[in-house]
Formats: sequence, structure tokens, C-alpha cells
Amino acid sequence: MRIHEYQAKGLFAEAGIPTPESELARTVDEAVEVADDISYPVAIKAQVHVGGRGKAGGIKLVENTEEAREAADDILGMDLKGYHVDRVLVEEAVDFTNELYIGVTMDRGEGKPVAMVSTRGGVNIEEVAEEDPDAIAREHIDPAFGMHDYQARKVVYEAGIDAGLAGDVASILKTLYNLWEDSDASDAEINPLMVTADDDIIAADAVFNVDGDALFRHPDLEEMEETAADDDLEAKAQEYGFEGSNYVRLSGDVGIIGNGAGLVMTTLDLVDYYGGSPANFLDIGGGAKAERVANALDLVFSDENADAVVFNIFGGITRGDEVANGINDALDQFDEIPKPVIVRLAGTNAEEGMEILNEELVQVEKTLEDAVQAAVAAAEEVEA
Amino acid sequence: MSVLVDDDTRVIVQGITGGEGKFHTEQMLEYGTNVVAGAVPGRGGQEVAGVPVYDTVTQAAREEDADASVVFVPPAFAGDALFEALDAPLDLVVAITEGIPTQDVSRVYRRLQDTDTHLIGPNCPGIITPGEAKLGILPGNIFSSGNVGLISRSGTLTYQIVDSLTSRGIGQSTAIGIGGDPIIGTDFIQALELFEADPATDAVVMCGEIGGEDEEEAAAYIDENMTTPVAGFIAGRTAPPGKRMGHAGAIVSGSGTGTAESKISALEDAGAPVGDTPEEVVENVEDLL
Repeated sequence: MRIHEYQAKGLFAEAGIPTPESELARTVDEAVEVADDISYPVAIKAQVHVGGRGKAGGIKLVENTEEAREAADDILGMDLKGYHVDRVLVEEAVDFTNELYIGVTMDRGEGKPVAMVSTRGGVNIEEVAEEDPDAIAREHIDPAFGMHDYQARKVVYEAGIDAGLAGDVASILKTLYNLWEDSDASDAEINPLMVTADDDIIAADAVFNVDGDALFRHPDLEEMEETAADDDLEAKAQEYGFEGSNYVRLSGDVGIIGNGAGLVMTTLDLVDYYGGSPANFLDIGGGAKAERVANALDLVFSDENADAVVFNIFGGITRGDEVANGINDALDQFDEIPKPVIVRLAGTNAEEGMEILNEELVQVEKTLEDAVQAAVAAAEEVEA
Repeated sequence: MSVLVDDDTRVIVQGITGGEGKFHTEQMLEYGTNVVAGAVPGRGGQEVAGVPVYDTVTQAAREEDADASVVFVPPAFAGDALFEALDAPLDLVVAITEGIPTQDVSRVYRRLQDTDTHLIGPNCPGIITPGEAKLGILPGNIFSSGNVGLISRSGTLTYQIVDSLTSRGIGQSTAIGIGGDPIIGTDFIQALELFEADPATDAVVMCGEIGGEDEEEAAAYIDENMTTPVAGFIAGRTAPPGKRMGHAGAIVSGSGTGTAESKISALEDAGAPVGDTPEEVVENVEDLL
């Protein structure tokens, strides 16, 4: 789960990491009032869950009240890479001499956290990692002990941070690590970490992503969760409980429903392989009950791009008879079936399931390959 | 022969009193698995499906001489349950639970390095040696005994391929669902090592998916160490970058690591043919045998 820059900075400030003076505004008047209170120049920053806001026109530096009004008016209400901007962070513009990068993330390959420091802050750190991996110093942390002070110092010195700043940067890194750990974060990043002419260090931007699976023990963070979906179908998917990564909308014309991430991905790949184009990824997961299946069908029927639906279930936890009842119930909700549905069941109770299925309403295929090809053909027919 | 489990494996079910735990205990017993105990705090002295329940894993292991456990404990408590299983200690722990906080898994993984236990999962369907025992939620009826080993990050995709193998008369030595999480216990390389050492396994099917670099590392291992032939499959060729596809670990990163193309070419370079469809994987296995 991603949180906004202003929320992340709130967490940082509370933890003792210096941040610029700032305040959130939801209207142009509020933004101007806050900007006047903070002395100019001031930055007006769109608060949306996308990267690259600056380049997309979502961040503006203003010198006076007039410019502040104009910038706030431009940014509030704008559409930034598909996201509606409904609030801005109005922030003191920091006069910096240097920009650093610090971050903490989980290294999945090593199975442990890693802290990263670079003197090349202020730019896309993934590009730096690509071009010049040595420009980022890394230190793996033993999760049983957390970050030792020496490790914070070590990675800061390895990165080549000036000796005069090293102590302060190490201290901020340690604080960031502890916050990352205490909050069950997945990524915590300060880029840039600005250095001023007086050698003050300030977190000028903030990325903080929290492990969605850990929100149950962080009610304060859970409150920050927003249905980031501006896409109607993704919003509907969340309402139906196909949260997070279980529904991904794509742009093709074959709707796909299945169980198990690997098999659903494979079904997408097969649609592509047989010359079609997937409209979505939808994993209804294990233990799918009739209502959940009905919701899944309704969701994919609502996608105007999808001309046909392939419903592929291999039963482990999910039993074929449950799935078949779910499909029949879902189909009963429609006066007429809006799109051809091709079903393939296998595994636990698959035969019972296929007997239950209403073959007047759906086409039943015995193999995955046949089902996918039938769906691709059906979508093409609708198109024609 | 087989790897990790056979009909001598004595199994504890952690979370046996929950809905899934109870249902799958019955399924495992029906399959012939030696489920000898359940472990649920506060439920010691009860019975589920004729299996005695103990308050702790240590008690269950001691009283019933168990050497393995299957974990159906809900995500909030699963990290603790895994530590308990590692502490018992047991030879094999199979974590079915999906959605355990990643930092919890990271700490479990750290503890795992100090033990001789094999952890399978989390977020996995389990492990089965056809005709002998299954630990987890795999549908036993589609498997048949034979000489092909399977390793997969996805449960249902494994079933798909096993179903095709079985229908063509190709049986399986052992199938391991290693799990779809970013951090897992037994990885591809460790599972490949086990099959390489198993005289009853004549070929291995390895099903990977987008995300991480485990498949690339496994390809290097295959190239250098495997004499047993490997047939590969990679799911997620059509997945857009930056989008997580169902599994927590299934994501092509913004910087372009974890792509299907990279995994497919690594495996093919290592001499492991990668099928375009699950059927093609099965045909490749036929050729390799």
C-alpha cells in the first residue's frame, strides 16, 4: 500500500527526521493562505500515488501570492497520469547545495532488508542503479537484530558522503530503518535528502509503501489506505473484494477469470499465444464461493472491451461444484447473457461441476487450450 | 523413492481446528498421509477427524514422534507458528498460509538458516509424493506415481501440468509447490538439488513466473550441476511491468528485472526447454525421458 508524500513526511517528522515546513491544502484559497504563511519561494506539490509528478506538471515552484494562486489553481483538479488531484502539499522550497539518496527495502533474493545510500540523489534512482550500480552503497540488515549503528555509518561512508555530514546522515538512516521496521513498510525512500549551505539535512521528498498484508496491526496506517482506482472497473473490483493485485485491467478483448495466480497468468499468456488479447487478470483465489464467482462474472461483463469470457478453474481448495453453482447463480442474475462464456473445470469435483453447469448458457470445454481458443474465436466473432 | 515426504512421514497439522485445517486434514488422511497430531493453543486434549490435538507443536512432536508439520494458521499468527515449528524441531515444515507479513517471513527465513529444517512456502499448495503422502491442499486424485519431479511457484499451474502428465501415463516422483511469496523457504535451487540426488526422478518440470531472479539463478545451477534433464515453463509473458499479478512475488520491476523473457532465455541457454503452453511442457518431458 502506497501512502502520500504528506503522510510519509508526517511519519518522518514524528520519528525525528527533519522535513521542510509544509501544510496540506484542499482548495486554492487554503493553498494561497499556507503559502503566504511560509515565506516564498514555496513549492506546490500534487498529492497523488504516481511517480514523476514534477515532469508531469504536478509540482510548481512559486515566488509570490499571485503565482501561488495560479499554480494551485492549475494543479488542483488536474488529471495527473490518470489520477485526479484533490489536494496539494504547500511546502517551503529548500535552498540546497547537494542532493543525496537514502532508502530501505526488502531484498527478496536475500530474504532480508537492505539499506541503500547514494550521493546521486534528486534523480530516478532506478536509472542510477542501471547505469552505475557502484554509485549506490548497500548494506544488508539481519532482521533478528535490526540495524546496528555501525552499519548505518558503514553504508554512509561506503557511499562517499562527506565526513562532516556522515554522522547526521547515518542517524537519519537509522531512524528511517526503524520506522520502516516498526511500520511493516516494504519501501522507504528519501530522494532527495537535501543538504543546505549550512549543512542542515532535510527530507525533501518521501516515498513510503506499507506491506498490505501487515495493515491488521497498523490501524493508523490502514486509515491512510485509499482506493487509488480512478478506473471504474478497478474500483468495482475492490468493492467486490478482488483487492490489490487480484484484478488487473488490461486492454484486450478476452475477459479472463481463474483461480491461482500462475494459472491465470498462463491463461493470459495462452490468449496471447492463440492470437487474442487479454482484457484483464482476475484471480478469484482459493475457496471461491458462489457469490464470489458471481461477482467475478459481473465484473468482467462490465468491461466494455471484453467481448468473450474464458473461465478456467482447476480445483485444489476451490471445488468444481461450488464454482459451477456460482456460475449458474451469476448467470441467473442476467436477463440475457451479455457475452459468450467458455468454462473449463478440472480437479476436485470437476465432473460434478460440469454436470451442474447450465450448458444452455455457457460453453463447456475440457482442456485449457480448447477453452482459450474458443474464447479467442468468440471474441473475434463479436468484433466482426 | 521420492524427496522430503513418503509414507513414513509423521505429520502435525498446525491450525487443525480451523475450517481449512480440518477439511484438509480429512483430505490428507483419505489420501493416506500419516497425520498423527494437531497443534492448536488451548485445544489440547480434543480430537479432529480422529487425530489428537496438542497445545504446542513440541508436545505433539514428542508424544506422536512427528517429523513434519503443515501450517494452516491465519496470517496474523502464522509467523509465530512457523517459529514454533522450527523450534520443535521438525525436518519439514509446509506453510500453506497466504498473506503473512513479509517482515515476519524475513525473520522466519533468518531463523531457518540456523536449522536443518526444510521449509516449503509460505503461500504454497504443499508437497505430494503420489501414492504415499500429501502435505497440503493439492488434489491427490490427479497425481500418479512415477519418475518426474515437479517444482512450481503456482499451485493451480502445477495441477494443470500434472493432469496432462498423468493423462499421458507419465507419473510423478514428488511435486513441490514452493510458493508465490517474495521470500520462501525452499527455493528452486534447493528443490533441484533434492531431485538431482533422487534416483527415482528421471526428469524435472520447473514452473516459474515473473518476478525476482530465482529462475535465472536456478538456470545457472542447472547448467553447472544437473544431470537430470529439466523442462521449464514461465507464466506471465503478457504481464505489464509494475503490476503485481495475484501472487505477492509476481511482479516485473520498473527497472526491468523479473521478466518472463529473461527467465525463458536463461533456462533455454542452460539446456532446459521452455514450453509455450502447458501441453508443450508435457511434450518436452516426453522427449526428455
